[in-house]
Amino acid sequence: MSVKLLYFAWVRERIGKGEEIVEPPAGVATVADLMTWLAGRGEEYAFAFENPKVIRAAIDRSHVKANAAIAGASEIAFFPPMTGG
Amino acid sequence: MPATIRLQRDDFDAAAEAAALSRGRTDIGAVVTFTGICRASDEGKPVAALTLEHYPGMAQAEIARHVEEAETRWKLMGVTVIHRYGRLVPGDNIVLVATAASHRGDAFAAAEFLMDYLKTRAPFWKREERPDGAAWVDAKAADDTAAERWTKPRQAAE
Repeated sequence: MSVKLLYFAWVRERIGKGEEIVEPPAGVATVADLMTWLAGRGEEYAFAFENPKVIRAAIDRSHVKANAAIAGASEIAFFPPMTGG
Repeated sequence: MPATIRLQRDDFDAAAEAAALSRGRTDIGAVVTFTGICRASDEGKPVAALTLEHYPGMAQAEIARHVEEAETRWKLMGVTVIHRYGRLVPGDNIVLVATAASHRGDAFAAAEFLMDYLKTRAPFWKREERPDGAAWVDAKAADDTAAERWTKPRQAAE
């Protein structure tokens, strides 16, 4: 599957870009799997995802937990805990 | 129920937005307005400016979801949420939550609920410019605790 990824705040800064399109292999089924796979793509990704527990995710603009399935997603965003308001 | 949700760079006029909520209506007995403002210091350290990054597609949808949730919990007659993004300096308005209801209990509770959720679930991130450089603001545990109190199940009547 091909999916658009979005990165925000220091996740974006560490990776060096705000968005990209990726094609994760078949075994990558959940958000957690996706973070592990991304971390293996290079130093900047490993740095961004060094502590997956603090990274939050949204699939198609809704918050999801790390065990959420990514099948069918068009857009997945990764970001630190929010500080709006 | 009329709901206005705006994400914008520009400043807003809290009084005008509150007046708009009750204009032409005689059934609204309570309008509560909360304005969040950029402070010049954070935990004792001076802040020269605050830049808010946001996830445009999701911020609008997420705020709308919480306004809908507020509508199911309280009897509201109007809600306005305005959240700014971009670079702000101390004294600048950041966010407005205004709620209208017949009675003050609903208006107060809904405004507090919406602010607690904006703090923890609306996709915005603050970057502070300090004398020693810029840094991302960390999410506060206190904000999560504040948001969690709205999810506790109601106590059964004794």
